[in-house]
Amino acid sequence: MDFIYTIISPSLLTQIFVGLGRTVVLFIVASGLSLILGVLRIPNIWHGSLYMVGAFVTFTVANAFGGGTTGFWMAILIAPLVVALVSLVVERSFFQHLYEREHLMLLLLTFAFSLVFGDLVKMVWGTGYKSVSAPRFLEGSVDLFKGVTLTRYNLFLVLIFPIVAVALWFLVNKTKIGKISKAAAVDREMVSAVGINVSWVFATVFVIGCFLAGLGGALVAPTVSISLGMDHTLIMEAFLIVIIGGLGNMWGALLGALIFGMAQSIGILAWPQFGIVFPYAAVIVVLLFRPTGLLKSTW
Amino acid sequence: MLKRIFHDKGGVWTIAGLVLLFLFPLFLSRFYVYLTSMILLTGLLATSLNLPLGYGGIYQFHHAVFYGAGAYATALMIQKSGLSPWLGFIVGPLVAALLSLIMGLICIRLSKLYFGMLQLSLGSLVWIVIYRWYSFTGGDNGISGIPMPDVISSQKATYYFVLLITAVSVFCMYRIIKSPFGRVLQGIRDNPVRSAMIGINVHRHQLLVLVIAGFFAGVAGSLFVVVETSVFPDMLFWTLSLEILIMCLLGGMFTFFGPFLGAAIIICMRTFISGYTDYWTLPLGILMMLVIFFLPDGILGYVEEKLHKGFRERAMEPAVKES
Repeated sequence: MDFIYTIISPSLLTQIFVGLGRTVVLFIVASGLSLILGVLRIPNIWHGSLYMVGAFVTFTVANAFGGGTTGFWMAILIAPLVVALVSLVVERSFFQHLYEREHLMLLLLTFAFSLVFGDLVKMVWGTGYKSVSAPRFLEGSVDLFKGVTLTRYNLFLVLIFPIVAVALWFLVNKTKIGKISKAAAVDREMVSAVGINVSWVFATVFVIGCFLAGLGGALVAPTVSISLGMDHTLIMEAFLIVIIGGLGNMWGALLGALIFGMAQSIGILAWPQFGIVFPYAAVIVVLLFRPTGLLKSTW
Repeated sequence: MLKRIFHDKGGVWTIAGLVLLFLFPLFLSRFYVYLTSMILLTGLLATSLNLPLGYGGIYQFHHAVFYGAGAYATALMIQKSGLSPWLGFIVGPLVAALLSLIMGLICIRLSKLYFGMLQLSLGSLVWIVIYRWYSFTGGDNGISGIPMPDVISSQKATYYFVLLITAVSVFCMYRIIKSPFGRVLQGIRDNPVRSAMIGINVHRHQLLVLVIAGFFAGVAGSLFVVVETSVFPDMLFWTLSLEILIMCLLGGMFTFFGPFLGAAIIICMRTFISGYTDYWTLPLGILMMLVIFFLPDGILGYVEEKLHKGFRERAMEPAVKES
């Protein structure tokens, strides 16, 4: 009985909530990746670099506005836009010429960009660790009931989630561009045959996906130390989430992020040294039973 | 036998190259000898990746895992078991082949991109276990100061050992590619459905090439231990896997020696550029983009195509004149 008591303990509930906060960030980044993978069919390794750039720009903007509350909100607004702008330039000048290439080439091209951006970030921001502080009302934690504490920032992330999810759902299912992109994912030649400029539709989808990467980076900035190499771990996680959810499926990305975030936070509680192994093991278990992901992919 | 080798132009070039490599330590400084041994073992690694990638058409995204597994198995065997170090050099590749077999059995049912992704996730699992298991693998510090047998402990001896093993391994892989098995493999790459229809067991062939590739990657890992006498968890990180992919693409994925050439170019570039500046991945990325945009078949692929075109034109000439 002692065992059960330790499992269902306040620390478990706290950890579940930490996992939820992580899930939100992972969902935001992975949904952008999934969107690009589903519509443009680019396995975009560069996505991780954009997440990192988003976090670094958040640091710069927040400092430019003197830190504190204004700085934080301005950074959250501006950083994803900067990232989106960068991605638009790169898409128009490079990626748009290569949509017809096989996946291996696209994978390596996006990896090449991630190498280049890794060094660019090193040039601009240096190799040190950076940190952003959240506004005062988001610092500290709340005692929910005895022993269960929620950090306010995680609460904020969980509240952000429905906004992003609804906006994405609306964009994909209710707007014209969303419908066109869905059609183009199935048959791009047919879509261009009815007189739609597929190239610009793709550019829009790409920029929206990258915007989400930047948003994820901006939102995660106050909770981590911003450093080089944060792109490498995140992009691997985001890819696995997209794969176990089903390529291009938005709700799959959510489900995958939930599995990944929970396995991570509960795993750390269960076995601190190897906690980080659990999400990867979860991915392998999922793929053994559902080799093409939990939900239907758009491919 | 000799006559056949010299009849073949490629054979002459290969022997000339080997003689040159054999003479290198006589007139090059210590640094260049070290660099050449790194090129040799990395070239072996890239060539072993090319078996499943270029000839098998399998998206082997996480090849570095087998390289690292071979290196770690060798290092741990030498350091912890107390048995003869030579045993470590046998165990390393075998462990890598075994890991390759296990991962292959899990991944092989999946097609292209899903295969690569599941392999990445399995490989990341292996990486994390090695990265975190401080008491056994040394965690992020790796293992250093691994004792080598006296025979190969001097630098020249190390070089000749690496050269010998690399040459033998590459020769074996060449024979494998030219064997009926290699032909079948290329048939599967070009048309898996048709190959299955004429009675070829597609998955078994693919699994076998994965194991072979894993084995030779393990050999390269063991050679790394010989040269550096240390191992690091970075050898299993996925970015290294993509760097090996870049080597294959740069040299030419559909040629046998292309990956070797690509490895040589990238190792040289890395060494000389990092002598001048801290920014090494930027030039690598730019080189990569140039290759993807302008040389998608790689350097050797491009050269081969030009040569073939020349042959074809020359062969066509008399026919054109007659008509």
